[in-house]
Order: sequence, then C-alpha cells, then structure tokens
Amino acid sequence: MKVSAVITLKKDVLDPQGKVIHETLDGMGFNSVNEVRQGKYFEIDVKENDPKKAKSLVEDMCKKLLANLVIENYKIIETQ
Amino acid sequence: MKSSVITFPGSNCDRDMDVALTKFGFKNKMVWHNDLELPKSDLIVLPGGFSYGDYLRCGSMASKSKIMNSVINFAKSGGLVMGICNGFQILVEAGLVPGVLLRNKYLQFICKNVHVKVDNKENTFFKNLDKKVLEFHIAHNEGNYFCTNDQLKEIEDNNQIAIYYCDQNGNTNDQINPNGSIKNIAGIFNKEKNVLGMMPHPERMIDESLSGEDGSIFFKNLLNNIK
Repeated sequence: MKVSAVITLKKDVLDPQGKVIHETLDGMGFNSVNEVRQGKYFEIDVKENDPKKAKSLVEDMCKKLLANLVIENYKIIETQ
Repeated sequence: MKSSVITFPGSNCDRDMDVALTKFGFKNKMVWHNDLELPKSDLIVLPGGFSYGDYLRCGSMASKSKIMNSVINFAKSGGLVMGICNGFQILVEAGLVPGVLLRNKYLQFICKNVHVKVDNKENTFFKNLDKKVLEFHIAHNEGNYFCTNDQLKEIEDNNQIAIYYCDQNGNTNDQINPNGSIKNIAGIFNKEKNVLGMMPHPERMIDESLSGEDGSIFFKNLLNNIK
C-alpha cells in the first residue's frame, strides 16, 4: 500500500529558499503571491494492506526520521 | 588519553581530526559507523563532512547509524562527546544537544575564518582556557542555529551556550553573525556539559604556518582538562 506524507516547515521557522522562490515568482510577473514555503513530499510503499496500520507506520517514520519536529510538521495526505 | 573519531560515509574531516588529536597527545582510533562497540575512550569526536550526502536533513541519516547507539549511551553516562560541523548536525539530529541547524540565512556556503567568544568555562572543554576569543574556521551551508523560544530559555537558564560568533574583540552583533544563528550561537552544550556541538573547526587551526594556533590552544587545554 502506498502512503504519502508531506513535511512542512513550522510557521515561525525561517525559509530562505521559499523566500527566494517567492521573489523569483514576483520577478516573472506572478504578482499575486503572498508567501511561499518549501517542504518535502514522500511516497512510501509499505508492506501492509490495512490502511490504518500503514498510516500509523508512516506516521512513526515521520516522527523518527522523515521530519524534525523542532522545525517541521508532517501530514499523512493519502493512502492508496 | 584515548579518543575515537567516528567515520560516516561522507565524513571528510575525520583524518584532519585524527591528525589534530594525535598531535596534541591523544591516542586516537578511527571507528567505522557500522561498528557496534566503541573502543575504550575518554573522548568521542563526530567529525565534519557531508555524511550521507546531506540527504533528507544534514546529519539525519548518520544520527541513526549503528555506532550511534553506543555514542548516545556513552554520552548519557557522562562521557565526553564533541561534534564539529556535520558532527554538530548529527548531535542535534540524535537529540544529544537541543535545537537544529538550518540553511544559512543568505543561502550561501560560507568558508572563512571567524572569531568566537568563549563565555562558559565551567566545563571540561573550555575550563582553564586563557583566551576569551578564538579564531577558528567555518565551512558550512547549514549552520544557522535555531531552537524554539522555550528551548532557548532553557538553554540560557542552564548556561548551555558554549561559543558565540563575535568580532576579534569579542563583540557579538548581527553584522558579525555569518549565518543567521539565533543569538550568534556557534556552539552549544547538553545540559550536563559533557556533550559539545559546534560549527567551527578547531582542527583546521593547529599549524602556525598554515593557519593559526587557536586550535592548538583549544586541543592542548582539552587534553590537560581530561588528564
């Protein structure tokens, strides 16, 4: 079963890359952007067919490795 | 005195550290990240470099290496552990020192000499050091120290800030801050002060004709403190 997780920076953490992307978008004429925050996306194929179990497995991975909870939040966005 | 330097895949300051420790009288051993046991040591060093190519987050993979269980146990039982640069990143990812190291504020890899102010000498690493300002070298892309407000309060209350970026006279301010670190923090301790993580490389300042001698002062003092 495939489980996807998105890792995003917490609100108060500086994201210089997001800022540069925002400025570049501005320069390209995309003037309607308020803010850009860059994050990470993971697609994990786990050997588990129960969606609940698969989700909780990936959640554990997020807590222990994929995210650093001092600066990042994680969200399991879909299972298929 | 015995030391061990851990080599991770992608470490590149491990041999420099070996040269420095040996030069000042440590009997040093190199330890591979996949080993389970540490040799008997008075000091464990996690060296600089780009372990696992900085994948995911700097130091995150290395912090889960097999040898790290032994390093964590060694640190928790009071053993001296020092992480330099990528070693500092590994320490924060392993939870041995608080906070994280973010991408440098201006997105540039910084490679230059800096001055650092040593404020806290009530610990084995800096006790009896007769200089207050040291000149070390930094070379990093992710050295922007960050922690939550609650963590910062705890760190300050426990005197865990080891060194600050400063000018040659010891003044700390925003202009002298190379990477955007909170409070100009260049290195911090754990609560018990037996674990030190810092971005600057003392091992690059051990030869008067090549660099400077402030690393020599640091290592000689450290050896005397451990003896």
